Amino acid sequence: MTSEDQRLIAETARAFARERLAPFAAAWEKAGKIPEETLRELGRLGFLGMTVPPEWGGAGADHVSYALALMAIAGGDGATSTIVSVQNAPVNALLLRYGSEAQKRRWLVPLARGEIIGAFALTEPQAGSDAANLRTRAVRKGDRWVLDGAKQFITSGSIAKVCIVFAVTDPAAGKKGISAFLVPTDRPGYRVVRVEDKLGQKASDTCALAFEGLELEEDALLGREGEGYRIALSALEAGRIGIAAQSVGMAEAALEHAIAYARERVAFGKPILDHQAVAFRLAEAKARLEAARQLVLHAARLLDAGEPALEAACMAKLVASETAERVCSAAIQTLGGYGYLEDFPVARIWRDVRVCQIYEGTSDIQKLLIARHMGARL
Amino acid sequence: MRILVPVKRVVDYNVKVRVKADGSGIDTANVKMSMNPFDEIATEEAIRMKERGVASEIVAVSLGESRCQETLRTALAMGADRAILVETNVELQPLAVAKLLKAIVAREQPGLVIMGKQAIDDDSNQTAQMLAGLLGWPQATFASRIDIADGWATVQREIDEGLETLRVRLPAVISVDLRLNEPRYASLPNIMKAKKKPLEVLPPEALGVDPVPRLRYLRFEEPPKRKAGIKVSSVKELVERLKNEAGVL
Repeated sequence: MTSEDQRLIAETARAFARERLAPFAAAWEKAGKIPEETLRELGRLGFLGMTVPPEWGGAGADHVSYALALMAIAGGDGATSTIVSVQNAPVNALLLRYGSEAQKRRWLVPLARGEIIGAFALTEPQAGSDAANLRTRAVRKGDRWVLDGAKQFITSGSIAKVCIVFAVTDPAAGKKGISAFLVPTDRPGYRVVRVEDKLGQKASDTCALAFEGLELEEDALLGREGEGYRIALSALEAGRIGIAAQSVGMAEAALEHAIAYARERVAFGKPILDHQAVAFRLAEAKARLEAARQLVLHAARLLDAGEPALEAACMAKLVASETAERVCSAAIQTLGGYGYLEDFPVARIWRDVRVCQIYEGTSDIQKLLIARHMGARL
Repeated sequence: MRILVPVKRVVDYNVKVRVKADGSGIDTANVKMSMNPFDEIATEEAIRMKERGVASEIVAVSLGESRCQETLRTALAMGADRAILVETNVELQPLAVAKLLKAIVAREQPGLVIMGKQAIDDDSNQTAQMLAGLLGWPQATFASRIDIADGWATVQREIDEGLETLRVRLPAVISVDLRLNEPRYASLPNIMKAKKKPLEVLPPEALGVDPVPRLRYLRFEEPPKRKAGIKVSSVKELVERLKNEAGVL
């Protein structure tokens, strides 16, 4: 069951996705870009600061609303949903939890209002899920920090105004030698090496970044020195619920297209939906997708209730992202040859949804964490 | 000036409606319901009037079952200041709605009642006109542009021959058409704030109105299925078929 405001938020997101995202998603994919005006409108409506309290410029909604809104936005355009997802968590979530008053005023307020876009830079070419293996260095020089290194797969790396960067400040201290920094992207030394060419989600910029003698003031440090690893792990619940919600939303859109097509398309004298092979395929997709959806909402409810939610978030992301790919594949199969053409959106959605099993922790990492909750020493 | 905006909960415009198997009505079980799109336009116009400083308070009112509160919350999230629900499970027909609204007008003393020209469920297109009649107020229907100044409303309306401009003295009843404006999306912060805005619930008896229906629906049926057309090979054949088969020439 959802509350009145959760329903209203979901409905607003659905209307926005139907009218302002879905009709343009194919064109944005070709252009490799989402219009700035669309992001600004998402910001004005509060979608870029959903769970941030109003005193910091956000909407003050709960995580169930956040998940429902992300599902709807992802149903309109997967690439847009990735930008929205990253902005809400980890970026806003980390600033809210670890930012000083001044940092929140400077960065969180414009982020939550959607006036600027934020990025999160943990992954490096040689270190993804094993974040303890980072090589980017931050060295203290007088009252400044100097940042050198490279980051990989950074969502919004070229459109962001601020980037949360994780760097080694004490190489001898291992995990406890990592710190988090708020890096203004207009600083000399912040370089977008490449905007990656991807299988899907082409309208969302995924970047390789380099930092070359990038100087930061003392107050660029987010949280305490050496606290970076803990900070990086702390927003994983909301982040994973976000990706899981995106998966469900994209798959729901693909399934809707498939059902609509199956109702219209006639073969052997009747709509193909009236052929059992097609009907059962879609029925199974719908049931499995609903199960994934409930898992996502369950994880969101745990988080809202202040209960431990990491295991539920991992399970939701694992199940939702893998179910979503299967549902999108079933949608393509339902459209037959047309499913393989760009004339219908299902091929694009399938491309877009594939990465949900990879980013914010691969499926294998989710299994690893779930297994650890059983006591497995992995 | 206070503006009263009546809003109706209807089957969402994206839903393909189905007639109940026994022909007694439209199947609304498990069907998505939304604010009547014309009423959304009226709400938007009222909010713009408030933003321009023409209005000081917007009161949204809905009539019907308890779930109409959702529709009122939508109006509050868009920007209405407070809401009134006249709660009843009786089927409400335009005359009953107009009488109930008249009683609300007597309580609230608005300078303007602005509402959709019709609801997309029964398409009656009667309530605004009946309300103006009962109140003895001027009315301007199908507005596509509204300007308020010095106690008068200048209303442009779409008619078959083009555009007609009326001037009505306030207080008045205005019903709005599709091209008046494009309603805004309710923002998330405003949706959260709407929870705290006042929503009053009244029974029809509190307004001294008996809403019992005066008309009886006999039967609902699906419109006849359209047959597929045919292609003709020439103008000559077209004329021939129009003359001899269709009998329209």
